[in-house]
Amino acid sequence: MSANNNRRSFLTASATMAAGAGFIAIAPGISLIEVSHARPAGEAASKANRWGMLIDSNKCTAGCDACVKACSTENRINEQVADPRQRSQWIRKIDIKDKASGRQHSLPMMCQHCAEPPCVDVCPTGASMKRADGIVLVDRHICIGCRYCMMACPYKARSFVHQPLTEQNPEVPRGIGCVESCTLCVHRVDKGQLPACVEACTEGAMLFGDLADPNSEISRRIAQEATTQVRADLKLNPGVRYQGI
Amino acid sequence: MTTILSARADTPKFWLLAAIGALVSAIGIGAALYMEHHGHSVTGMNNQIVWGLPHVFAIFLVVAASGVLNVASIGSVFGKTVYKTRGMLAGLLCFAMLAAGLVVILLDLGRADRIMVAATHVNITSVFGWNMILYPGMFGIVVVYLWTLMEKRMYPFSKPAGFAAFIWRLMLTTGTGSIFGFLVTRQAYQSAVIAPMFIIMSFAWGMAVFMIVQKAMYRWNGMTLHPQIRARLKNLLAVFVGAVFYFVAIYHLTNLYFARQVEFERFILLDGGIFPLLFWGGWFVLGTVLPLILIFTPALSKMSGSVTLASLFVIVGAFCQLYVFIIGGEAFPLDIFPGMTTSSSFFDGQVDQYSPALPEWLLGIGGLGIAFTMVVVGVRVLKFLPEDNIAKLQASGALAD
Repeated sequence: MSANNNRRSFLTASATMAAGAGFIAIAPGISLIEVSHARPAGEAASKANRWGMLIDSNKCTAGCDACVKACSTENRINEQVADPRQRSQWIRKIDIKDKASGRQHSLPMMCQHCAEPPCVDVCPTGASMKRADGIVLVDRHICIGCRYCMMACPYKARSFVHQPLTEQNPEVPRGIGCVESCTLCVHRVDKGQLPACVEACTEGAMLFGDLADPNSEISRRIAQEATTQVRADLKLNPGVRYQGI
Repeated sequence: MTTILSARADTPKFWLLAAIGALVSAIGIGAALYMEHHGHSVTGMNNQIVWGLPHVFAIFLVVAASGVLNVASIGSVFGKTVYKTRGMLAGLLCFAMLAAGLVVILLDLGRADRIMVAATHVNITSVFGWNMILYPGMFGIVVVYLWTLMEKRMYPFSKPAGFAAFIWRLMLTTGTGSIFGFLVTRQAYQSAVIAPMFIIMSFAWGMAVFMIVQKAMYRWNGMTLHPQIRARLKNLLAVFVGAVFYFVAIYHLTNLYFARQVEFERFILLDGGIFPLLFWGGWFVLGTVLPLILIFTPALSKMSGSVTLASLFVIVGAFCQLYVFIIGGEAFPLDIFPGMTTSSSFFDGQVDQYSPALPEWLLGIGGLGIAFTMVVVGVRVLKFLPEDNIAKLQASGALAD
């Protein structure tokens, strides 16, 4: 019995240490746990994962846009557009103020990677789609540019490419006449890396992880701390959660 | 028959009209090619107003196309003789406006070149996806219906074909209204009343278009509409206009009752700049009150052209109503954080300022040109003029009140 107890304690301690080590960065953008999550090329995304994010608005500084810049650099969203209303924004900083109390927050807003995404429901061709691991994407090959998904998104998270594009990142195909939005840096996640915005946030306000893994840090924090789903009333079950609002 | 358009002497007039229609259509298609080449950066549309003026034109054409067939349905389905003779013209108008509306929607797509993708990849949870089935189906049914009306051997099938068209167009307009009604996100939409409201709007707008086209054809042929038939048609138009008023009133009153919607209603009805102006001045005064005055004031309604003028006002009101509904609904900011004010570089929390650019106007007007050209050619090559046998109608009691 004692031996069994010791063995159990050892296994528990080992698992805890491994989980802890998983969040130790071994190089910029790569940590041990993430390397273990990298999928071999050709292997389909799995329902065993649900990638998501926890954003702590208490740690997010007003005026800081490191996440926005990192996204623009990574995904080459740098085209010059005469009308700023026509410029693509995959992630943006929103300043919010409570009308009653006057309390203010600043937070990044992007595609919330809903479990029940309205954009996927309304897309006539199926170009808007949700991967098995919960990442909501637009298939560039079958998007016809009808913008119905933009009408349906409650978060204003989607942009329409209003002009020809050049100098794209080969891993992030974009195109004139198509709708696009945050991909959760799927090309990086599939390699076991963090989304560019999360990596760039020096305040530690953005935590990326697997919501389907009860032992992941994001799951543990969501289980233990008060978090918010934006427009929770719509019951879309977003993969991005917030704290402090 | 003495239709001027089919008479040899009036061939130049036909070619002139056809040429004008073709030119307007070509300019519209040219504008679409310009948008295709440069992207939508040459339009006034943006990431908040994602559907703009072309959609106002397209949805008017598609909704009116469905409604104009009402005239045929009353004849074929409900057996009213006066309307039976008008079935073919209604069918032609339906076909032409539906085609033109779809062309405008198609040419406004970001990737219009991917039409085959749209035709071969249908997402059944999408209301747009349903419309991919409803619109082609409507074309097919209208063609068969016209065939049963034109070909003597097919006459017995005109009633079932008319019934199929009647049911199908109710589904079609339900589908068009539900494009908006099923959107949970925006405060202007997410209402079950929108689908039936679109159906009744289609009746009014289709009737107005029919009256104007019928008037033009009668004038070119030196004919006049029998006063009793005219009275019947104008009264029906008035009923439809009144019904639209009822549905719009219910839509806004419901919103006004919900605290969360009051700010939006205030924007549309009171302080939203061009939108209250178009709502009250355009839809309410021009599109609703004036037509009813023209139709129901005895001195005015007897004047020649008063019903045509009322119909024109109904159409002007329709465009104003759609502009407020579509553009106004998008211009009002999304309420992402209820109870909070928001601001960002993406214009969160701000009312969007939209000015339609020239290519958008040209594409929309081009759509009208396409419908016009199809109708001009249609009435030239086939017998679409509604001719009433008054003696027979009176003998059968069809003109009795």
